[in-house]
Amino acid sequence: MPQRSVVMIGSSLVVASLALTGCGSRSSDSGTSSDSGSNKVAKIGVIAPLSGDLAALGKGIQNSVDLAIKQANESKAIPGWTLEISAQDDEAKPDVGKNAATKLASDKDVVGVVGTLNSSVAQSVQPVLAAADITQVSPANTNPSLTQGADFATAPKRTYATYFRTCTTDSIQGPFAAQYLFNTAGIKEVATVHDKKTYGQGLVEAFTKEFEKLGGKVVAAETINPDDDKYDAVISKIKPANPAAVYYGGEYPQGAPFSQQMKAAGLNVPLMGGDGLYSGKYMELAGATADGDLATSVGAPTDTLASAKEFVDAYGKGGYADPYEAYGAYAYDAANAIIEALKTSLKDAKSAEEARKATVEAMSKVKFSGVTGDVAFDEYGDTTSRVLTVYGVKGGKWEAIKTDAFK
Amino acid sequence: MDAFAQQLVNGLTLGSLYALIAVGYTVVYGIVQLINFAHGEVFMIGAFGALSTWLVLFKGQTGLWVLPIMIIGAIIASVVTAVLMERIAYRPLRNAPRLAPLITAIGISVFLQEFVRLFYGRVPFLDFPDAKQKVPFPQIDVVTGKAFEIGNVTIQRSAVFTVGALIMCAAALWYFVNRTKMGRGMQAVSQDPDTARLMGINVDRVIVVAFAIGAALAAIAGVAQGLQVTNINFKMGFLAGLKAFTAAVLGGIGNVWGAVVGGVTLGIVEAMAVQFIPGTFGGSPWKDVWAFALLIIVLVFRPQGLLGAKVVDRA
Repeated sequence: MPQRSVVMIGSSLVVASLALTGCGSRSSDSGTSSDSGSNKVAKIGVIAPLSGDLAALGKGIQNSVDLAIKQANESKAIPGWTLEISAQDDEAKPDVGKNAATKLASDKDVVGVVGTLNSSVAQSVQPVLAAADITQVSPANTNPSLTQGADFATAPKRTYATYFRTCTTDSIQGPFAAQYLFNTAGIKEVATVHDKKTYGQGLVEAFTKEFEKLGGKVVAAETINPDDDKYDAVISKIKPANPAAVYYGGEYPQGAPFSQQMKAAGLNVPLMGGDGLYSGKYMELAGATADGDLATSVGAPTDTLASAKEFVDAYGKGGYADPYEAYGAYAYDAANAIIEALKTSLKDAKSAEEARKATVEAMSKVKFSGVTGDVAFDEYGDTTSRVLTVYGVKGGKWEAIKTDAFK
Repeated sequence: MDAFAQQLVNGLTLGSLYALIAVGYTVVYGIVQLINFAHGEVFMIGAFGALSTWLVLFKGQTGLWVLPIMIIGAIIASVVTAVLMERIAYRPLRNAPRLAPLITAIGISVFLQEFVRLFYGRVPFLDFPDAKQKVPFPQIDVVTGKAFEIGNVTIQRSAVFTVGALIMCAAALWYFVNRTKMGRGMQAVSQDPDTARLMGINVDRVIVVAFAIGAALAAIAGVAQGLQVTNINFKMGFLAGLKAFTAAVLGGIGNVWGAVVGGVTLGIVEAMAVQFIPGTFGGSPWKDVWAFALLIIVLVFRPQGLLGAKVVDRA
């Protein structure tokens, strides 16, 4: 009977796809093998999407951590120890990320982890690493609840002592975008769209709050399904409300086609989003009509910072196949923050596992001048730097429009 | 009213795409009573076939004259895939229990997805992009670009292409099934394969042709999808295939016109659900729920689907 087959096949397809993603975590250990003679080994893990839609960003993170580790080994930053990288693919999926975290936690040599890219993945990775006292530093998680708990707006409370991040949060990024649109661009009416993921939703909520506080009006609030390819129906619903801009909470694999389809459907207003849109791939997918689209990203633009020049040069010389992308510099700083803490914690440690707890404690005292500015963490594990930049698409390239410290 | 007309256009576009794919499910089911779950992947490979043709022959060109050759490239890729699939995987299982070819179909589906994901970017001598991420699809003049405005209703050029493609394919299919010798052979095999064989019809050939027709239509759908959403990826066939299968069941699986009606209905319901269902259960996240709710309701009252299955289920 065809009807019974529907159920049967439907469920077996789901099982098949689950099985597929379950065994999809590929690891690529590109360890540094220089003078490991009598040295003890400590590993820094990476959990990031190394395949799938967001692989461009994930590879940038992996390579930047690799660079930081190579440099630390070369300069013998931690006497008696050799650092290695252990990169795990999370495919931007919470369940895969959790498997990756479990794998790293069971590796006795792992003392710290750089990752994840996605806030939603971080939520499932945090408890696993916290249970093993492994320091986690994210270069890209911008959801405020990761450090300050679910009630971050009213009663902030640190959730995991092992979690830190080098980027600013959505509770700053969203309002920053709102201030730019309202004050600088003079836009009073916007529509908001998000993809229902932790990142997108958090961004839109923070944006909406600030935009309405400033006196602006959100004329339409919609969501999309990130698995969809076509957003016609949603766009048609927004269009009659005549927004002067659309604020999008999500990442470029959906955001860029959304921009393209929005303009093809005759809604010719700028699309603005967070750091999830700020990727070179955005232009490829959004096409020629992307000009005028905006994105905020954490920190000042990497290639204009004097402090970043060395990183950019070293990355270029490193011979990496993929560009460092939006989070490379943050991943580099994150890895260096861990290395900085390891200098204290590994000094008298007999094994890497023994040093895990001491590393977490040392993290709160880390303070150095990094590629993206001063790196230090506040009582929640958030970065103390609050600098953001608005980028705009011009002639098929992201150009920095305004860099400012959030007030 | 504007909103209704606009969503009708959106739904019709989406539905035409579903219908083009759904025909492949239904034609194969009508002949061999097999639900070819790898058909969504045939659609995906069609899109990649068109992209490859463009990359190899016309990289950088956007003239309309490129389009027919891209479509031919897409059809070749899809048809070769489908025919090989039939030959290697389904034919040896022709007389096996029905569950065996179903599981095989899922296996092929996974295999094809992973094959494209892993190997598309590594084809020797050709500089193809890495298919692990979304790949931009070329935008061809005339069929993409500035949308038509009728009153307050926006009609995109790619939408006109998709609906036009469905109408032309449906007409060609009607002619083929009713007016050609092979088409009538297909009808005969779908009614009674044993008697058809006794009457001198080459049943194996008919089955291959059924797979090929489905694949050709899926290839056109793949090009239409690429033009509409401007990017393609290795997993695009999964959801589209599932929806198209739903459309085929909705219209009455085994019935070609059922697939067309089911596809268009499903597309329109999805678009309308986004616009007109208010509150928590409305909007884009719930559209699939409403689409499948419709399927369940239809199957409760009309288990044979909207138009009714023409074939007798012999299993």
